[in-house]
Amino acid sequence: MFQINLWRRVLIWLLCLTGVALALPNAFYTRVEQHNDAIVAIEQGADTPENQRLAELWPNWLPSDLVNLGLDLRGGAHLLAEVQVRDVYESRMEAMWPEIRDTLRPLRDTVGTIRLQKSPPGTLHVRIGDAEGMNRAVAAVKDLARPIQTLTGAGSTDITVRGQGDMLIVTLSDAEKQASDDRTVRQALEIVRRRIDEVGTREPTIQRQGSDRILIQVPGIGSAAELKEIIGTTAQLTFNPVVGRGTDANSNPGLGNKILPSIDENGVYYTIESAPVVTGEELVDAQPSFDQNGRPAVSFRFNTSGARKFGNYTAENIGSPFAIVLDDEVISAPVIQSHIPGGSGIITGNFTVEESTNLAVLLRAGALPAGLDFLEERTIGPELGQDSIDAGKIATLVAFVAVLVFMVLSYGLFGVFANVALILNVAMIFGLLSLIGATLTLPGIAGIVLTVGMAVDANVLVFERIREELKSARGPVRAIELGYERALSAILDANITTFITAVILFTMGSGPVRGFAVTLGLGILTSVFTAIFVTRLMIVMWFERRRPKTIEV
Amino acid sequence: MRLKLIPQETSIDFFKLWKVWVGISGVLLLLALVSFMARGLNYGIDFRGGTTIRTESAQPVDVAAYRAALDTLDLGDVSISEVFDPSFGPDKNVAMVRIQAQDEQEAVTPELIAAVEGALLQVAPDIKFISVESVGPKVSGELIKTAILAVVLAMGAVLIYVWLRFEWQFAVGAVLALVHDVVLTIGIFSEIQIRFDLAIIAALLTIVGYSLNDTVVVFDRVRENLRKYKKKPLSEVLNQSINETLSRTVMTSVTTLLALFSLYFLGGDVIRGFVFAMIWGVIVGTYSSVFIASTVVLWLGVKRDWSKPDKTGGNQFANVDA
Repeated sequence: MFQINLWRRVLIWLLCLTGVALALPNAFYTRVEQHNDAIVAIEQGADTPENQRLAELWPNWLPSDLVNLGLDLRGGAHLLAEVQVRDVYESRMEAMWPEIRDTLRPLRDTVGTIRLQKSPPGTLHVRIGDAEGMNRAVAAVKDLARPIQTLTGAGSTDITVRGQGDMLIVTLSDAEKQASDDRTVRQALEIVRRRIDEVGTREPTIQRQGSDRILIQVPGIGSAAELKEIIGTTAQLTFNPVVGRGTDANSNPGLGNKILPSIDENGVYYTIESAPVVTGEELVDAQPSFDQNGRPAVSFRFNTSGARKFGNYTAENIGSPFAIVLDDEVISAPVIQSHIPGGSGIITGNFTVEESTNLAVLLRAGALPAGLDFLEERTIGPELGQDSIDAGKIATLVAFVAVLVFMVLSYGLFGVFANVALILNVAMIFGLLSLIGATLTLPGIAGIVLTVGMAVDANVLVFERIREELKSARGPVRAIELGYERALSAILDANITTFITAVILFTMGSGPVRGFAVTLGLGILTSVFTAIFVTRLMIVMWFERRRPKTIEV
Repeated sequence: MRLKLIPQETSIDFFKLWKVWVGISGVLLLLALVSFMARGLNYGIDFRGGTTIRTESAQPVDVAAYRAALDTLDLGDVSISEVFDPSFGPDKNVAMVRIQAQDEQEAVTPELIAAVEGALLQVAPDIKFISVESVGPKVSGELIKTAILAVVLAMGAVLIYVWLRFEWQFAVGAVLALVHDVVLTIGIFSEIQIRFDLAIIAALLTIVGYSLNDTVVVFDRVRENLRKYKKKPLSEVLNQSINETLSRTVMTSVTTLLALFSLYFLGGDVIRGFVFAMIWGVIVGTYSSVFIASTVVLWLGVKRDWSKPDKTGGNQFANVDA
């Protein structure tokens, strides 16, 4: 008990030192932030003397992770959007019509006339002239169905087709609806992310929440309305004829052409015709798939007018490349292999499965796939955030000093030990917060202040116990040993129960509540560590040096 | 000389007046429930949807003028209150405007906010909108469900943990003390109508954690003393355990309160309600762990001999001959 071997001592101090080192950058917040920004800028090629100077503000060998400041501290905007996933069903079904028509047309002898009827949203009602041929029609349209490539929807196809009298009814299958919902939300998420990244704000949070919601938090933006405007702008996706390929960004493209960089081949530029053949607005679907040789590819489908334009262009330009351009960057420039008449095509290239998935997402990401309803929006002005930080700083400092003084008054030298542990404790909380990249919110600061108050609890338990054991006059060494031994179960039980509530808060809570739960939970871990190991080690070291005959706690 | 809030050795008989404590708690609980029924909680927009706008202006806040300006917009229930904080200077006048969720609108409309901001600008041209927060009724309904679930789950988890570590009587005592604390906290929030929002739920759960912390420390000592003094009546063992841990109970409450009070006075008005809930919870929690949790254990009785199977159930005199 009283013997703590060397390696254990070293380990304890090393852990403390690590905690302090990790927390250190937060004491120089602005400076480290500038340093980090400059490093990123230099990596991206902006190697200016100014950036070099900023990068040198903080030594590279020191940790440079910072605690993220939450919206309530930094100011910014918060949006919770619900993706109207049903919007997509309608456009999908509308786009099916030309395909169905083209399929049934050769069968006119059996099915008679084909007429599109007014259909409820998300379904397609087609009346055929000869009800006798319904089975044939259903079978033919069923051939258009494509298998779904998801885990849950394995083995099912994307549409269901049934006949009712002379009415052919086509709907999306439930499995496809589910898959489509998921795609729609992922796609919306991707677009929102691209939109916001383009604006270049710091550390935006863009998360999917639940099945159909997206949480967007952008620090430093003026208002939620501004954020909505950014998200609302649609991406510009075009298909352009390629004139040439080169490495010089500044060469003369020629009249009616422009030069655009390639998105993934560094230093490669394409000269393309400015007028697009088709734009992304006419794309109704893009999905990862495989070509005849089993290589990853992306299949896509245009709406009626897009299909016609695309069909004509591909027929006339077999063998020449065309560029898929997104926001003035060339995503890929495949060579047209054959005439693509039906408005659906396939993009092959040296894709991995992941790349083809991403490309499909990007292609679909041209425009928001469905409307967004904003369920929650919050704007917090930077002034309020700064006020909160200032107030939080003062409050934490005063709380700290009050507790420190109180502990020394109550426990004398042992109080000083507890105080050193308390300071290390708070440093370690900040160190851990920085390490895991947690976000500090206002309730989070309250959690830290509460931890300051409660962190001494474990020490108080031990010290009170030592006092009691001293009364039975077994000598100071034995009293300290027993004090730690007997207080341990109370310390553990008390902290585990509080930790349970912190975990529940974390899993159930959102936003500010989560921030609070994180600091509270980390505070419990560090305070138990400092009380059980650090304070004890200090007492033992002091005891070894002084060898007092009696102690006063 | 050491500062001692509690003498080294105390021998207060906590159960002599147990009827008084239970009586006081009973009356307070009843008051809390009555207040909750009669007035209800002043739910923030997190829980009932709507919009809050925090404004700041160099001119003094004229609540009547603000109200008159907003009345023309026909927004239903609008509440306007001035916010005071010692840190505000004379040219910093802050008000909170709260607008109910508009009928049949799941989402938040920017037009509404723009209209409100425009109307207020007419009254005070230099007004700034420091924060604007809107929550749709769809989300607020979910938030309140999750919040209640979180509190219930936390209590359930604690019940199970204490039951596993101690005996079921202790678990019941601990949880009753927690219910006591939570009900009283909700009571005070309904009585003085402080805004009840998501952060307050965090405070409630912290109170649960804190109160439990206190209760468990006392119980831990009871368990130890029950093993040590097998023949002492339960009431004496409980009393002795509370007395032995009293110094620690008070010390910890005081350090926590020191920290909380500094937050209350210096931490700004945004988290004042949150901190208030915690201060109240620490005080009530300390009281309940000393007076309520132990009384419940005394009522229920505890199996005394830990080495033999329990024959007579939970009677406190079950093992006098052990």
